Amino acid sequence: MALLKATGLSKEYEKRPVLKKMNLAIEGGEVLAFIGPTGSGKTTLIRILDLLEAPTSGRINFNEIDVTHNKHARLEARRMMSYVQQKPVVFSMNVYDSVACGLKWRHEKSDLIKRKVDDALALVSMSDYRTRNARTLSGGETQRVAIARALVTEPEILFLDEPTANLDPISTSKVEQVIRDVIREKKVAVVMATHDMVQGQQLATRIGVLLDGELMQVGSPDEIFGSPVTQKVAEFVGIENMLPGTVIKHEDNLLTIDVDGSHVQAVSGHLTGDCVYVLIRPEDITFSLSKEVTSARNILHGAITGLTPMGPLMRVEIDCGFPLIGLVTRNSAGDLGLETGRYIYASFKAAATRVIRRWV
Amino acid sequence: MTELWQGLTRAIELIIALDSEVMTIAGRSLAFAATSCSIATLIFLPLGSLIHFNRFYGKRVLINITQTLYSMPTVAVGLFVFVFISNAGPFGNLGLLFTPAAIVIGQTLLVSPVITGLTISALSGVDKAVTETAISLGANRIQATALVVREARFAILAALIMGFGRAISEVGLSLMVGGNIKGFTRTITTAISLETSKGDLELSLALGMILMFLALVINISLNRIQHRKE
Repeated sequence: MALLKATGLSKEYEKRPVLKKMNLAIEGGEVLAFIGPTGSGKTTLIRILDLLEAPTSGRINFNEIDVTHNKHARLEARRMMSYVQQKPVVFSMNVYDSVACGLKWRHEKSDLIKRKVDDALALVSMSDYRTRNARTLSGGETQRVAIARALVTEPEILFLDEPTANLDPISTSKVEQVIRDVIREKKVAVVMATHDMVQGQQLATRIGVLLDGELMQVGSPDEIFGSPVTQKVAEFVGIENMLPGTVIKHEDNLLTIDVDGSHVQAVSGHLTGDCVYVLIRPEDITFSLSKEVTSARNILHGAITGLTPMGPLMRVEIDCGFPLIGLVTRNSAGDLGLETGRYIYASFKAAATRVIRRWV
Repeated sequence: MTELWQGLTRAIELIIALDSEVMTIAGRSLAFAATSCSIATLIFLPLGSLIHFNRFYGKRVLINITQTLYSMPTVAVGLFVFVFISNAGPFGNLGLLFTPAAIVIGQTLLVSPVITGLTISALSGVDKAVTETAISLGANRIQATALVVREARFAILAALIMGFGRAISEVGLSLMVGGNIKGFTRTITTAISLETSKGDLELSLALGMILMFLALVINISLNRIQHRKE
């Protein structure tokens, strides 16, 4: 039984569609991250699921009760949810009172409020700040207080909208650790919106890719980043090598694909004549100076056209009849003596590729 | 110039000696202004909140009219009240004309746009995310409203002080509906008006200084409130 189920959810602002016919089920205790670029509808989706906004059409069921429009049912359901906004506001009161608000509105007893607020502040490492004016906190501290305030009511589902979007790296790391602790210690479903794919990958058990108001793909992080189902998803999740080609041979799911006159072998169920994209993650490509005997079915020869340092890695672009991008460590790049114009071999396994349909 | 200097010296003497007439008039002015502001607060603070928190046709126009009425002439309010409570008016039989009650009614009406309008402005100044956060934390409509009012408390208090300042400093209304009756409806402003016309500058200056002192207290209070908000 899904904890929260959205059926045919759509939202329009002044006849402009923001969410399009979305179906979604959230299970108790799971961690679901919506990833997508700015303006893709993540915040709107979170706000609708948290019952802060009503959908234009569609239905929301919480614990199997339809809470789409019924005012009383919405309040009851909302009291089992919590939401941390992208830029959380704190009230003009001290940290303790700010965190205690939700419990006071539920008319909890004062000794219970004290115990729960103390526990929540300890969870986010903000116990020493209980008497501080909440308005004087830094961005990261405010975010942690907002998480404590959201958790203190022991919700069944916690919504986080871009929880680290406005924070510096140190604060981001602290907030991410708090979220990890919450996931580990609390039996709460966490639904977060983030444009930070690494964060989504690290924290979530399931990821939904939201592009232009459409939920394009929902799956495990491995599925999303390893096997995107459409070109748009592949582009968004950073698969830089999307090679357009045509299947010219199909033998026991081993395809030979013509890409600009070069042949690439891939594993898939597509048929001969199909127009496809071959997706290869840059980190799955190995570079060498000589043609080595490996298990990789694809060994391509080409000249380096660009080298871009990326922290400890080096992004290598080669022209092997079509452009191909790979990553090596900076140490390896030095050892190999990589430089623009130099010819090298790029190899990758047929199983490391992903083939998706290309509509022409 | 000498007359002015003598007047100032005498005025200070009257204040230091806590002259009974000066203190009675000042106390009466304070009582009228405080009563009218309290009544206006009880009625028009909730009304301002209602206007802010509800959507209805003509809301913008209503707010504009309210704000225009901030500068409503006191004599216009006095005339309006006079028409209603004079012997020929609909409430003439209540015998309110030339009584403290008439002044309080008039001052309540005078400060009502200030308190209503500034309450709306104060509530509008609260981040909309406060309401949403409260609702997302499980507050019902009344609880969320109470939180927003609490967040706007300093600005609302400033609105009340502004209203008090307008009530205590008005003269036309008190003269028209209070009648400036000695020992009964005479206030600081009506006394200044009368004593100046009689040539008693000393009493006028003493009362004027008290009025200015009250204005100073109001201003300092406003600044302190503003400072606390920041």
